[in-house]
Amino acid sequence: MAEFKAENINEKSKWNEITPGNQIYEPATSKLFHTGEWSKDKPCFIQEKCTQCLLCTPVCPDSAIPVKDMKRLDFDYDHCKGCGICVKACPFHAITMEGVK
Amino acid sequence: MAKRERLSGNEAASIALRQINPDVFPAFPITPSTEIPEYFSKFVANGQVDTEFIPVESEHSSMSAALGAEAAGARALTATSSCGMALMWEELYVAASDRLPLMLALVNRALSGPININCDHSDSMGARDSGWIQLYAEDNQEVYDNFVMAYRIAEHKDVRLPIMVCQDGFITSHGVQNMELLEDEEVRNFVGEYQPEHYLLNPKEPMAVGPYAVSNYYMESKYGQVQAMKNAKQVAIDVMNEFAKISGRQYGLFEEYRLEDAEYAIVLIGSAAGTAKDAIDRLREEGRKVGLLKIRFFRPFPGEEIAKALSKVKVVGLMDRAESFSGNGGPLCAETMAALHRAGNTAKTVEYMYGLGGRDIKVEDFWHIFDELEEVANGKVVDGYSYIGLRK
Repeated sequence: MAEFKAENINEKSKWNEITPGNQIYEPATSKLFHTGEWSKDKPCFIQEKCTQCLLCTPVCPDSAIPVKDMKRLDFDYDHCKGCGICVKACPFHAITMEGVK
Repeated sequence: MAKRERLSGNEAASIALRQINPDVFPAFPITPSTEIPEYFSKFVANGQVDTEFIPVESEHSSMSAALGAEAAGARALTATSSCGMALMWEELYVAASDRLPLMLALVNRALSGPININCDHSDSMGARDSGWIQLYAEDNQEVYDNFVMAYRIAEHKDVRLPIMVCQDGFITSHGVQNMELLEDEEVRNFVGEYQPEHYLLNPKEPMAVGPYAVSNYYMESKYGQVQAMKNAKQVAIDVMNEFAKISGRQYGLFEEYRLEDAEYAIVLIGSAAGTAKDAIDRLREEGRKVGLLKIRFFRPFPGEEIAKALSKVKVVGLMDRAESFSGNGGPLCAETMAALHRAGNTAKTVEYMYGLGGRDIKVEDFWHIFDELEEVANGKVVDGYSYIGLRK
């Protein structure tokens, strides 16, 4: 049903504009929800120190380190929850938990 | 055509389930509901059903497996009693809020403690606010008929809520009665195939069930559940009317017994209604204007309809088979009084607690109750909240 597309459901939706049981009838909708808003601390990407080894990207639980042409880009702060796992994974100290709020 | 049989309530339930042929039945044994999965597992072993029967390690798992199967697109159920239901507590709410129309065959038994295996309604009454439809039965025929009707109500697109089909432990579950069964074909045609609109195993529509909902969505979600429960009233009436056409047995949200001109009435749930009817028949022979309202659906609660049915009654005896420890009466009492008050009904009410942990209630007890209701009408002040058959 068109009216039950995830992109049409938001915090202004009336009760009958939300699916029964809050079920979601399509895949890959998590991008629509900016769960990065939940966190207080964020990692900071220091590009000069990065060797593009890409050890950080697979450990991110929220796929919040975008990769393009085999190179990582800056964090997707809309979805990064600030867990800091990438900081531990980086051998070159190119990620810190300081500087971004 | 109908077949005459003599069966216990648990046998009747398992035969209805064989005729329905559900897809998945996870179960864990607990007295007095054990016989339902026990009889059913024989049907599975004999190849009489296509059901996937899953012996699980606890009731927490049986309800989890049942709701998981239902989400996957299967017609599922489980069975339990008392503390078994208590262990399902979390999943009861999940099943209802995820809008999964599975069935729970609940054989009512007292909750511990003291540990007790006999009938009262404390298990299902505790779960009255979990979002399940609750359907109760007086005798084995009603048990069988409720099972045949249950999925049609739960699975209706305007409802999509789980349904608890309750019967009184030992009294109907193990008591044998004469009854009529429908032919397998008639039940199969009546219940039909389960065709969910959305289900997890549909490769054409990947979906998510049970996502997190923050404060901005939770209340809208609950309101949706309430609307579905309200819709269940009319859906149930339609299904019961349709069932009457194939069975000749007409049911309602509640049953009114000699209530039309009654000045004194009692309201109760379950097997005690049979005893109450006998007491009423004998009092009616003496010209006493007494009647009974037997609730079948406690959820949705037919408050407006009950208030209307009791509109001409002078004094109402409200009979609970479950304590709520409010110090103010049991759940049936509280909800019926609220319904009467909302409808502007000024009938006097007296609360009676009976049958806890399987305590017997006799015809004479009902005579005393009706005597007291008449005395209240004549101005006598009574303890408005008393225990039937209590030693004191």
